[in-house]
Amino acid sequence: MMYINVRKTLHGSEGGINLECEFELKHKEFLAISGPSGSGKTTLLRIIAGLEKAEGIIKVDNEIWLENKKFLSPQKRSIGFVFQDYALFPNMNVLENLLFVNKDQKLAKRLLEMTDIFQLKNRYPNMLSGGQKQRVAICRALMRKPKILLLDEPFSALDPDMREKLQDDIALLHKEFGLTTIMISHSPSEIYKLSDKMIQLNKGKIEKIDTPSQVLLKTDTSEKFSLEGMIIDIIRADILNVAIVSIGNRIVEIVISRNENKNLKIGDKIIISTKAFHPNIRKKEQK
Amino acid sequence: MDELNFTPFLLSFKLAFTVTIILLVIGIPFAWYLSRTKSKIKPVIEALTALPIVLPPSVLGFYLLVILSTSSPIGKFFWEYFNMKLVFSFEGLVVASCIYSFPFMIQPLQNGFENIDKNIIEASYLSGKGPIMTLFKVILPNMKDSLLTAIIITFAHTVGEFGVVLMVGGSIPGKTEVASVAIYDFVEMMDYEKAHIYSAIMLVISFLVLFAVYFINHKNKRKFNDVY
Repeated sequence: MMYINVRKTLHGSEGGINLECEFELKHKEFLAISGPSGSGKTTLLRIIAGLEKAEGIIKVDNEIWLENKKFLSPQKRSIGFVFQDYALFPNMNVLENLLFVNKDQKLAKRLLEMTDIFQLKNRYPNMLSGGQKQRVAICRALMRKPKILLLDEPFSALDPDMREKLQDDIALLHKEFGLTTIMISHSPSEIYKLSDKMIQLNKGKIEKIDTPSQVLLKTDTSEKFSLEGMIIDIIRADILNVAIVSIGNRIVEIVISRNENKNLKIGDKIIISTKAFHPNIRKKEQK
Repeated sequence: MDELNFTPFLLSFKLAFTVTIILLVIGIPFAWYLSRTKSKIKPVIEALTALPIVLPPSVLGFYLLVILSTSSPIGKFFWEYFNMKLVFSFEGLVVASCIYSFPFMIQPLQNGFENIDKNIIEASYLSGKGPIMTLFKVILPNMKDSLLTAIIITFAHTVGEFGVVLMVGGSIPGKTEVASVAIYDFVEMMDYEKAHIYSAIMLVISFLVLFAVYFINHKNKRKFNDVY
């Protein structure tokens, strides 16, 4: 059980905001935190890790990490932390990065084998790709056998294929080690796939806290699904107008009527939704 | 030709070695503090630290002579409690050289500390390691270039100093007559032959030391440069 109720004033680019968060996490739960940049996600994670001070209470099981004057240093908190940019020690090879935390050779071998990078154990970080580096970072974070794993946008610098592999790794490790995990993420599919609870943070406050399906799948009225995108071009083809829209990582063409054409211009943010007919679904061919 | 006397060289290197060790011990915490502090007096400290770079050695030497002589409180203190005379003695040369070479140790170290990725320091704390362990296992090994530069420049600068050692140490053979001062003495005595030999030796040694540094640096860079 983990209870968090923290306050801190942040000075961001758009003036100061007050971070004020209260929530509970059960043992072995997987929480995702999302929200626009500057909403205090990373600060919240750093407060939990003990890298930043704040007012309030953090309690894990029956141990107090933060309360009034009491402040447990990051060294004494049972956490693993994974940085967005890996933060591996450049002067140590993969195995040394892990053994720096704790001399448990067996655990190191097990972690490296589980994430499929045991054969890279003698390489230095500068000889690894981004995905490999992040896997080492995740293994290193688990060398302390932490109760809580904190991930700060761990996949944001990786390409989609690598993301998926790493998501599987995280899901496996979360289960295998009985972790309580908190992950910052912008990707709805990632959140949906991995987490059982999510928080939507805005300007330092919790806007929504619920299961990912409750937060992510909610659409207006009778819309069956809706996607947000941005118009990047409008092309006249004979009598039709075609809008080129970027949605997520994809670019799609959508036919728009003359009326719609009047109201839309390049750069507009739009919502594409459908309700009347059944969308086609077919299985993607495996590569 | 008289037999060559190598004592001045030995003295020079003994002085430089002692000074480098002392400054390394003082310099690491001091430079670390400077790299971290947000205090308003930081520019004052930085300016004071850099003073020996711009001050004529004779000015610095003069002040040190005044401050370290047994008639000043500091000089008196050392004389009475440690039986140590700080002017016209080897100990005095060490103190004076430490002050004179201080910025050459501090500045590369401070640069090195400032360039360390803050995340790897935090990653070390999050690995359960305290500040001391982090300093020796993570921070210093990842700023080897700066560390090496600081050590070598301090060493070379101390070997090469002249004005301050002449003012504070005088030129007592076997005690304070270091190589640079010895060369000056030879020139003054018109003994150009010895001056030539001494100068050539200094030149060769200095070149070899610097060459070694650049060679090692070059090799290190290739080893740690990012491939991806």
